[in-house]
Order: sequence, then structure tokens, then C-alpha cells
Amino acid sequence: MKAAILQFPGTNCEYDTQYALNKLGVQTTIVWHKDTILPKDTDFIVLAGGFSYGDYLRCGAIAKFSPIMNSVIDFAKSGGHVLGICNGFQILTEVGLLPGALKRNDKLHFISRHHKLKVISNNNSFLNKFQINETINIPMAHHDGSYYIDEISLKELYDHDQVLLKYVDQNSHDTSPNGSTDSIAGICNKNKNIYGLMPHPERAMEKLLGSDDGVKMLEGFFST
Amino acid sequence: MTAIVNIFLKQGVLDAQGKAVFHALKSLHFDTIQDVKIGKQIIVDLDTQDYNQAKEDVTKMCEELLANTVIEDYTIENIK
Repeated sequence: MKAAILQFPGTNCEYDTQYALNKLGVQTTIVWHKDTILPKDTDFIVLAGGFSYGDYLRCGAIAKFSPIMNSVIDFAKSGGHVLGICNGFQILTEVGLLPGALKRNDKLHFISRHHKLKVISNNNSFLNKFQINETINIPMAHHDGSYYIDEISLKELYDHDQVLLKYVDQNSHDTSPNGSTDSIAGICNKNKNIYGLMPHPERAMEKLLGSDDGVKMLEGFFST
Repeated sequence: MTAIVNIFLKQGVLDAQGKAVFHALKSLHFDTIQDVKIGKQIIVDLDTQDYNQAKEDVTKMCEELLANTVIEDYTIENIK
């Protein structure tokens, strides 16, 4: 498997993501946003976390016009697997590859801590190694991660099994640390090839650092 | 020509900053205060004297970049 990890000015999780994928035996290339074509035989793209373009205007708003994005959109539309983590998720919603939008956290705090997530759907490449309702421990680190979607589109998400992960408290009850609609932490598109989440699975690769639940998540993409 | 674009969160989308400032003003005893909304203003200079073209261009800018119409509304004012 060959993964391309996108790097915009202000991206800061590309090397963590590279570490995580290399650990799973995946070949990786970090691709600068000014490139126009993806490396040959790319079969997975990650839009890594960070603050592309300093979050100017809105998070992810300017990155969508980077030269590499046309290739990413073509890749995604032809069914290739794309994962957006944190700022990557924001970019995918800004581009329109995923529905909804990410806005400032309700309490205005930058939230940086491990958080429990509940698996809502496992009928997809990302979470196929988990049981439904299983809880996992993944770090979150964002200021603008409050997922917003209107009621009609939210119903569509549920109807098409696109809600993947929710934030839960210690008793596994839904909670919304950032004000996300329905406690949503991660979603996918209807075709289940484009994925986005605010928490950082690439930062949960080593038990020593608090959790290795990210291994089981990312492995899902490479084990079919 | 110049156009002024105002961008605000849509009705029903929580304006967390507006709410925080509202409570701050309340705590300063501005008792008449009812609501605060925070948005952004973008001033765009254009190299054209054609009002219609200016309006059309700025509308396109708003739709494609300046506003995220999933959560934001925009107005274009003072094109002159």
C-alpha cells in the first residue's frame, strides 16, 4: 500500500501520520500542496492535522484551492480512500467532499486531551475492526471542531450510515465537549470512501503515550 | 470600485463568541443589552467601474470562498 500525506503551509501532523502509517507497514510520501499530481500508484490519501494557511478566513477554507486538491478531488471521486484528520476534516468539508461544517468550539476553549469515542458504524473500511458501541480512547486537539449540520442533512447522514464516531463520557453516554451536533466526532461520505474526524488516531499509536487504539482504526484501511 | 462584505453565522447556528461577549457586557451592567452577534467584514477593492460586474464578482467570491454557506450568511453593501 502506498499512502500520500498532504502537507500545506501550517500542517503540523504530517510526520506523526507518517510514523503511524509506517508502523503499519504502509509506504508513505509527504506531498507538498503545490504539487499537482499524486505519487504514482497512490492508493490512500491522508489530509493531516494542523493549521493550514494559519486558519485564515476559516479553517481549511484556503487549502481547498491548493494545486494538489484537484488531484485529491479526482482521486476521491473515483472511489479512492481519503482520510481527513482534524484540519484535514475541516478541509474536506470546505471542499464539499464531506457534508456539514466545523466551527468554533461552543465554550471557545482549545480542547487538548484524550477523549472517549463510541463506534457508531463499523460497516466501512475505517472501523471494520471494531464492534458497534465499542469505546476507544483517542486524543483530540482543536479549537474549531464543533461539527454543525442542519437537521435534514443530519437525517441523511443517519439514513446512509455515515455517522462513524461520537464523543462519550466515562459512562459511555453521548457528550459534546465542543458542541458538535449529536456529539458527532467523525463521519464519512455516502460511498464510504471519504472519511473525516476531529480526534487524532495517529497520536494514539503507542500504549506508552496513553493509547494505541489508533492502530486498530488505521489498520482497517489496509487489511482488506 | 469597493464593496463591503458582511458575514455572520446563520440564524440557529450558535454564535459562541457573540454569546461570550453578551455575557461580558451584562456583567459590566449594560442592562439594555439584548443580544450580540459577531461576524466579519471584508472590504474588497475591484478594478472596475461597472456596478453589475462588481456585484456579480463579489457574489461569486462569497459563494466560492469568503463565506461558508453551510453555516454563514453574507450581505454585500456599499458597492461604489
